[in-house]
Amino acid sequence: MSWWLPPAASTFAGPIDGLFLAILIITGIALVIVEVGLVTFVVRYRARPGRKAFYTHGSTRAEVIWTAIPAVTMVALGLVSNHYWVIMKGKNSVPANAYHVGVHAKQFEWRVTYGGPDGKLRTDDDFTVRNQLHIPVGQPVAVELTSEDVIHSFFVPEFRVKQDVVPGMHITAWFQATKTGEYEIGCAELCGMGHYKMRARVFVHTPEDFNAWMAQQAAGGTE
Amino acid sequence: MTSVAHATPGAHGGSGGAQHAPMGFWQKYIFSTDHKIIGIQFLFVSLFFLLVGGLLAMQIRWQVGFPGKPMPGGGILPESMIVNGVILPEYYIQLVTMHGTFMVFFAIMPLLVGVYANFLIPLKIGTHDMAFPRINMASFWLALLAGLIMTAGFFVPEGTSRAGWTMYAPLSARPDLSGATVGQMLWCVSIVVLGLSSVMGSVNYITTIINHRAPGMTWFRMPLSVWALFITAILAVLALPVLQGAAIMLLFDQTLGTHFFDPVAGGQALLWQHLFWFFGHPEVYILILPAMGMVSDIIANGSRKPIFGYHSMVFAIVGIAFLGWLVWGHHMFMSGMNPTLGSTFMVSTLLIAVPSAIKVFNWLGTMWRGNLRFHVPMLNAIAFVSMFTIGGLSGIFMAATPVDIPIHDTYFIVAHLHYVLFGGSLFALFAAIPFWYPKMFGRMMDERLGKIHFWLTFVTYNLVFFPMHNIGMGGQMRRLYDPTIYDFLKPQQPLNEFISIAAFALFAVQFIFAFNFVWSLKKGRKAPQNPWEDNGLEWSLPNPAPHGNWERVPNVYRGPYEFSAPEAGSADFLPQHVKLPTDRDPVPAVAPGTGH
Repeated sequence: MSWWLPPAASTFAGPIDGLFLAILIITGIALVIVEVGLVTFVVRYRARPGRKAFYTHGSTRAEVIWTAIPAVTMVALGLVSNHYWVIMKGKNSVPANAYHVGVHAKQFEWRVTYGGPDGKLRTDDDFTVRNQLHIPVGQPVAVELTSEDVIHSFFVPEFRVKQDVVPGMHITAWFQATKTGEYEIGCAELCGMGHYKMRARVFVHTPEDFNAWMAQQAAGGTE
Repeated sequence: MTSVAHATPGAHGGSGGAQHAPMGFWQKYIFSTDHKIIGIQFLFVSLFFLLVGGLLAMQIRWQVGFPGKPMPGGGILPESMIVNGVILPEYYIQLVTMHGTFMVFFAIMPLLVGVYANFLIPLKIGTHDMAFPRINMASFWLALLAGLIMTAGFFVPEGTSRAGWTMYAPLSARPDLSGATVGQMLWCVSIVVLGLSSVMGSVNYITTIINHRAPGMTWFRMPLSVWALFITAILAVLALPVLQGAAIMLLFDQTLGTHFFDPVAGGQALLWQHLFWFFGHPEVYILILPAMGMVSDIIANGSRKPIFGYHSMVFAIVGIAFLGWLVWGHHMFMSGMNPTLGSTFMVSTLLIAVPSAIKVFNWLGTMWRGNLRFHVPMLNAIAFVSMFTIGGLSGIFMAATPVDIPIHDTYFIVAHLHYVLFGGSLFALFAAIPFWYPKMFGRMMDERLGKIHFWLTFVTYNLVFFPMHNIGMGGQMRRLYDPTIYDFLKPQQPLNEFISIAAFALFAVQFIFAFNFVWSLKKGRKAPQNPWEDNGLEWSLPNPAPHGNWERVPNVYRGPYEFSAPEAGSADFLPQHVKLPTDRDPVPAVAPGTGH
């Protein structure tokens, strides 16, 4: 097994994995300081006969230091994080050239609706496929998420994309795949007894393959 | 107020325990109004529910580690839960729902607040009992009733609730979608009763601390444990009614045909999450602040040094509690809530790292140049600092919204919350229970068994929960009945198996603690009056302390952490009630309800 994040297959993976690594380094330093401090003190200041503890109530300077450093670090981290958050999830973040698909979740399956040959959703040539999401590589994809019944969550680990699917809401999540291949969609929100088997496949095609698949489906594969 | 004043031993001109007529067993141990007995009642009941929560966890670990294999001993459970020894999916989601529910509401919360707010507050601030002893008794009985109602869920047709301890609607609101009808209702009813218990207790703690402190016990001479319990009570009294309100709305959705949370008829699914987490995040601090307070007392004692930066520690508690109201949205980053709100909740969440860091560094500062005594409470308190640090730091990953995207609702969260609630709260309890055990029962818990339990728990605990970070990074979602369904999770299955085996070991090790606890009740070494050479007012009393505590409430001359003070001479501690020649007597305060 891998001891790191899953293989990266979308444009979000770069910044998210980088940020993950940065936080790992920052928290790693803090952790080492605390744990080494603890172990050192435990060894060095263990009780021995004739010793007496150093009587002090604290130090204002120390308090200021260990208040200010975390505060500055956290604000900086917040600013950097927010930059990427707005790009990935912001209200107007979905790129104009995104390819839109409809994903309708219900206990316990994913129904994917494609715009058909005209590429537009909510037109007559739309067709729906169960538990299969086919998308082109290298182009932004916007999934329009709706739910039939309860809350589900659309999760593709390799794309670093996750979005709850809420009944009564129409939520659009977007990503851009960078590698062709086959991936899995998992449901990340407890949605009932069959939560564990609410699984679908993602097929990332080259644009040519995608067009071929679309033509084939439009010709006869519609439901 | 006469009835309350009558029940308060202190009402009669400062006379105490000796004046009480001997009571029968029922009055003394069952329908008691003595805060210490109520604390002990909470202790026994919540340790029992801790065991229940642990048993549920073991079944979860069996299924995740060995999906589809018959569980040893599974044969005793009915066919609605287990068929041919194999756990059914519908039982599995009941397990995860009830493990969370029991641990949060009926184990950790009553262990910290029900037990130690009751037991410690009057003893540590120097008063005869709680302000409202009968409300206090009612608070215990309601908590027990709530626990029984929750337990009853397992015995109704269709079993208990199936929507996760967070009870997300509309799954929880619609029996046709969850498959459980009565079980879902029982969850709501139980939570409403529990909330009532918690509010009654909290009102009592707040009133007692404000009005019944001994002469000289100023706000900034209060032990940090009392400060933490005070702030916790304020959080509870404000947060629990929100949950109760939400639970009542949910109950109406289930029974009366309202649609607060069901969008099919115009409700709003996210409303439940806002209400639940508006309660839920303060609840997280209800589950950790008392632990921090008690650990502070124990680390100062074990280090033989005053707490480093006492005032910062108090302000950090207040700061954490205040920020705790502004961060609930971080549970909802992926919920479809307006992403701009995600930005603001991220900032407030990251800022909680600041008071948390202050606390950790001040505990380190307290140990620095101390004269450390490694008694069992101190070992567990040090483990608390070490493990809470990991739990706090892992929280930063999910606070940063872009990083939360891949790890939200995965085992990374499970690892994080167990580092805070087990590594934090439970280790604090493993410190607090032996520390105040002599005050409760007059005997010491066995030191050697305590040390064996500590080391085995510390090692197995980390073997269970640390690898969960990796499982979560790999993408394993929470509450999955069978992770091997997913191709991308299959390679992780050996690690899931390893975690399960470590979890069984961790569970088994707890019987050392249980044995030590029970055995010491009768066979433990008789406790000297001040076994830990501590400064707290409670140690000026015999062990166990009598009903009504003091004949005459002691005067307080200093703060609670004057270890190794120069004026103490050769001793390395100086109790709060000991009068030195240079000390002046405090002006006696007249507590409301006692003046006549």
